[in-house]
Amino acid sequence: MVALPGENISAEPAGYHDDGKPKFFARWFYSTNHKDIGTLYLIFGIISGLIGGFLSFMMRMELADPGIQFFTNEHQYLVYVSMHGLIMIFFMVMPALIGGFGNWFVPIMVGAPDMAFPRMNNLSFWLLPTALICLLISFVVPGNANGNGFGGSWVMYPPLSTTGHPGPAFDFIIIGLLAAGFSSIFGAINFITTILNMRAPGMTMHKMPLFAWAVLVTAFLLLLALPVLAAALFMLFTDRIAGGTGFFDPARGGDPQMFQHLFWFFGHPEVYIMILPAFGIVSHIISTFSKKPIFGYLGMAYAMVAIGVVGFVVWAHHMYTVGMDVNLKAYFLAATLVIAVPTGVKIFSWLATMWGGSIRFTIPMQWALAFIFLFVVGGVTGVMLANAGVDAYLHDTYYVVAHFHYVLSMGAVFGIFAGFYYWFGKMFGVMYNKFLAAAHFWLFFIGVNVIFFPQHFLGLNGMPRRYVDYPEEFAIWNQVSSFGAYITLAGVVFFFLMLIEAFIVRRRVGDNYWGEGATTLEWTLSSPPPYHQFNVLPRIEDNAEH
Amino acid sequence: MKSPTNKTTIIAAIIAVAIGVGTFVALIVLGLGGERGMGQPVDGGYFLQDAATPVMEDLTTVHNMVFYWISGITAFVMALMVYIMIRFREKANPVPSKTSHNTAIEVVWTIAPVLILLFIAVPSMQLLYFQDKLPETDMTIKAVGNTWNWSYTYPDLENIEEIISNPLDEVQAKAQGKPYLLGTDAQLVVPVDTNVKVLVTSINNMHSWTVPSFGIKMDAVPGIINETWFRATREGVFYGQCSEICGIKHYYMPIEVNVVSKAEYARWVANDGAFTSSVAQNNTLMGSGQTAAQK
Repeated sequence: MVALPGENISAEPAGYHDDGKPKFFARWFYSTNHKDIGTLYLIFGIISGLIGGFLSFMMRMELADPGIQFFTNEHQYLVYVSMHGLIMIFFMVMPALIGGFGNWFVPIMVGAPDMAFPRMNNLSFWLLPTALICLLISFVVPGNANGNGFGGSWVMYPPLSTTGHPGPAFDFIIIGLLAAGFSSIFGAINFITTILNMRAPGMTMHKMPLFAWAVLVTAFLLLLALPVLAAALFMLFTDRIAGGTGFFDPARGGDPQMFQHLFWFFGHPEVYIMILPAFGIVSHIISTFSKKPIFGYLGMAYAMVAIGVVGFVVWAHHMYTVGMDVNLKAYFLAATLVIAVPTGVKIFSWLATMWGGSIRFTIPMQWALAFIFLFVVGGVTGVMLANAGVDAYLHDTYYVVAHFHYVLSMGAVFGIFAGFYYWFGKMFGVMYNKFLAAAHFWLFFIGVNVIFFPQHFLGLNGMPRRYVDYPEEFAIWNQVSSFGAYITLAGVVFFFLMLIEAFIVRRRVGDNYWGEGATTLEWTLSSPPPYHQFNVLPRIEDNAEH
Repeated sequence: MKSPTNKTTIIAAIIAVAIGVGTFVALIVLGLGGERGMGQPVDGGYFLQDAATPVMEDLTTVHNMVFYWISGITAFVMALMVYIMIRFREKANPVPSKTSHNTAIEVVWTIAPVLILLFIAVPSMQLLYFQDKLPETDMTIKAVGNTWNWSYTYPDLENIEEIISNPLDEVQAKAQGKPYLLGTDAQLVVPVDTNVKVLVTSINNMHSWTVPSFGIKMDAVPGIINETWFRATREGVFYGQCSEICGIKHYYMPIEVNVVSKAEYARWVANDGAFTSSVAQNNTLMGSGQTAAQK
């Protein structure tokens, strides 16, 4: 083990190397260790990703040609659309980025032995499989007269989610999402407490690695946004009971638009919850493989804070067509455009970090570079959609689908894979096969672009979202888009081949297998790190670089 | 004297500029030069449907203006990345610099986007207010979303009964020469060059009344009457599709607007909402299946 600054190895207490690792069942099912919980989150994210990916693959199969081919009825298609959104957001991206990498690396990066509340951490994780099971149950219980499951999209707008789906399917979704929401709120409290109180001596806020900053901002967004979702879901729940409340029922003085405001007050910060941790990961990777400290560190940290703050006051740009007052629309237009400024600061700072660097095109660096470019593409179409006037044409068309998949399916997901390949050796102690990893990257990169770039054309040509069938004029680009799904599927196959190969061959890696560019604390530990790290807290020197 | 570094710089710059300019030109040529559908999508199209109202004309202008900016930004970032990836790859630049601050450039890349956004925001705001401000209207129609069809009423005209506009199935659509999933059995009929106020509401789930060529998309919300307007400047049939998820037949409740001459409209009204001649039917055929280029 490499001596940390200020650490005296000979002074370690006896039994330092006795990790006290519990046996299998206690270790993985009662787990309170942040690294084990992080691994559980990653496994959970992969499983959910497979489920969500299967749903989207079925949708692309269906949409490859006009007409209804694969689904028994239109309701089933809408169920797949809705569940794809919910599962990918709540059970794939968030667990992987925040639960997985956040748990694994935030305590290590700030020099803490574990999370502040290890038992609550355990609860956070185990609420999620419970929630996912609720969502899966909703597939097989009645939604409405047309069949099983909930087909009201992930936005769950009433009256479609109240009178439109009287069956228990949607109740299971409410329960599941409430459980997932509590899981995230507990996780957020844990991260905030850990980051604010458990930093190692000398680790001031302004020396903290950017990934820890990203998770801190994300945790605040979670803490402020999710209770609003919980309230809205609970109001839906009571509205759904016969003779219950009428919050969103116009016949009883309620207002269906009120739900949209509540939902998007949560929903817009949610998109930054998904992308900010990816920003943090990409910053580390760009810095490591350029062999340079991150450019404009403070600007980078506060750009994330700015994105988080402004992200709370732009929600109604999802609702330009609901009939809002024009002055309100003008405000949301202006506020939304403002977000492009801190986002631009981040993009240019990444480029400036690479400028003058000595760039190695490793697998994680390829994912990170692809992230930057694709996030720019997704970002600029966001500028287009921010224009409330133009949005009267583009709202709820495939242009929107293309936009948010560029920032999520290629932004957040590329951030996840970048982090996965960056820290793979650190987490599991072994290195992946570079050919399999490269095949995964290129198939995925080409595949998702072939899926989503043509969807801009579909949107411009006027194709609305959430359509199981479409006029034949849209057929060509839908076919191309579905072809992209097959390429992406091949990429996913290589991802699993990579995993299997890596764990069979077991190529051991050293503490800092990326070399001089990797400067954060996790690279001072063994790979994988000891079961309990930092028995003696590391001391961060004044001149420490980020 | 030329060092290898200088040579790399020049090569990297040439490749980067070529890729940047190439991307920009390709985006502009492909993005703005495409075939445009009039009143309905065009086969394999990749551009906005053609404008039939002043609002849609302005919307197209703003879209194109923003499109120039975002294409330029994308091409610029792409070129910059290509340059950096060639010039500063490990082989070409083995010793990294240690620069991590430059206040001047940080100010520049904060201010420049602000200025670009101001350039975008001003025309965008003008469009927004133009779209919203109802001019003096000549007539009113009311569109009501139902699961799953649209119904139209003319509150000013007592002799026109409610028009229930149901979608045509594939066989009927083919028989009537209308596009499947767009054509309906009963059109909304309005006169050309007339300011039409549209009231939009719903009696159960939410829907959205959309006509792309008019630049209109207005949610139909139960309990709320939303208001918008259009002034069609061309005759023909214009199609749209419901744009807010409303249940299983969400894809199957199209909107069909027939814009006829003022004289024809007067005859239609005088005849209690029925066409006296086959002109309107011809009109239907003219409007469908044609593109702006062919007109």
